[in-house]
Amino acid sequence: MDEKTLIAKRVALELRPGNLVNLGIGLPTMVAAHLPAGVNVFFQSENGIVGMAPVPEPGAENEDLSDAGGSPIGAVPGAASFDSAMSFGLIRGGHLDVTVLGGLQIDEEGRLANWMVPGKMVPGMGGAMDLVSGAKRVIVAMQHSAKGTPKIVKRCELPLTSVRRVDLIVTELAVIEPTDKGLVLREVAPGVTVADVLAQTGAELIVPSAVPTMPVAV
Amino acid sequence: MSKVRKLEEAVAMIPDGAVLMIGGFMGVGTPPHLIDELLRQGKRDLTVIANDTARPTVGIGRLVSAKAVRKVIASHIGTNSETQRQMIAGETVVELVPQGTLAERVRAGGFGLGGVLTPTGVGTVVEEGKQRIELDGTVYLLETALKADFALIAAKRADYLGNLEYALTARNFNPLMAMAAETVIAEAEDIVPVGVIPPDSVVTPNVLVDCLVAKERRHG
Repeated sequence: MDEKTLIAKRVALELRPGNLVNLGIGLPTMVAAHLPAGVNVFFQSENGIVGMAPVPEPGAENEDLSDAGGSPIGAVPGAASFDSAMSFGLIRGGHLDVTVLGGLQIDEEGRLANWMVPGKMVPGMGGAMDLVSGAKRVIVAMQHSAKGTPKIVKRCELPLTSVRRVDLIVTELAVIEPTDKGLVLREVAPGVTVADVLAQTGAELIVPSAVPTMPVAV
Repeated sequence: MSKVRKLEEAVAMIPDGAVLMIGGFMGVGTPPHLIDELLRQGKRDLTVIANDTARPTVGIGRLVSAKAVRKVIASHIGTNSETQRQMIAGETVVELVPQGTLAERVRAGGFGLGGVLTPTGVGTVVEEGKQRIELDGTVYLLETALKADFALIAAKRADYLGNLEYALTARNFNPLMAMAAETVIAEAEDIVPVGVIPPDSVVTPNVLVDCLVAKERRHG
């Protein structure tokens, strides 16, 4: 299994039946394909729909039905569409159970930076700041390091997305929970040791006496 | 009375330097013929308030590529390398606004509010220059209302009075912008007789729409 699939499968275990879930573009989008049996959730796309689904079959696209990246999607029976104020009312108003986003950096206080690299990449924050500020649960799904440089750091050098502490970090090496005491190592990936994780992390990790392996079949 | 106008007449109302709100999300829900005609008439120095600038050859991105835009207020320009280039080169001013905040600033403009209080952006670069207000233990930013000279709206269906219906995710910012501009120009995929759209299905009431763009004949 490749690293991104492992991350997506582990994140999918965090979703509960009936949750309203927003998945970011890229790796987080893969979570939808790995829902455990019996877990039915509604996916929101912030451009204005609850009940997003894949396009049912090639040729069945509708020009007026797209995801936040502008790509064609489908909709489940029971879906609802609405304007952008309603869409962000769902996000900011505490109606969104889980948001899964990618990350560029996360610091020891669990604060996420994921929207710009000064001087290099200025894409804009899109919906990310509202999602992190407003969702009931924020899960960051990302690779543990970028070209060998740790993404989990003492203090973010990149501009923050929000000062809100995220709830969970899932990487190809570990599951880490930011708490008021610091970053707690909750799980390691199959075949990965605690020492491996510590070696690739740029922040202090609190390591409990027992750190189980991710309950994901490889 | 019919609000239908020829495309060129509708767009001719827009002067160079106008502030435009343009509906759409990555081009979905952006009025295509109005963009074509803005380009054909060579409009300049526009300020565009929109969710994004799509791609260089799509929707609002085409206005940016033609250098018709002086300032962009948007939540995302990451899919348009030309907007980023113009921003970095100082050719175009880009104000980046969190998407939910942008929606609320437009809504406030149309709903007669001076602004909104949002927790989004507190403690980030978005807070710079803004008033911070604490209420019942939560910190908010004061985000001010946005208004425009013109709103360019894409609808699924209109009637000849200007009542508008939207489709799926092509709705996005359109109904909010139709409230927040001095003059509202709507382009619908279809224009039907008054009464065909049931009152419960109308999302933008006709009183908000000043002008509907005429459709090309499909049956010769």
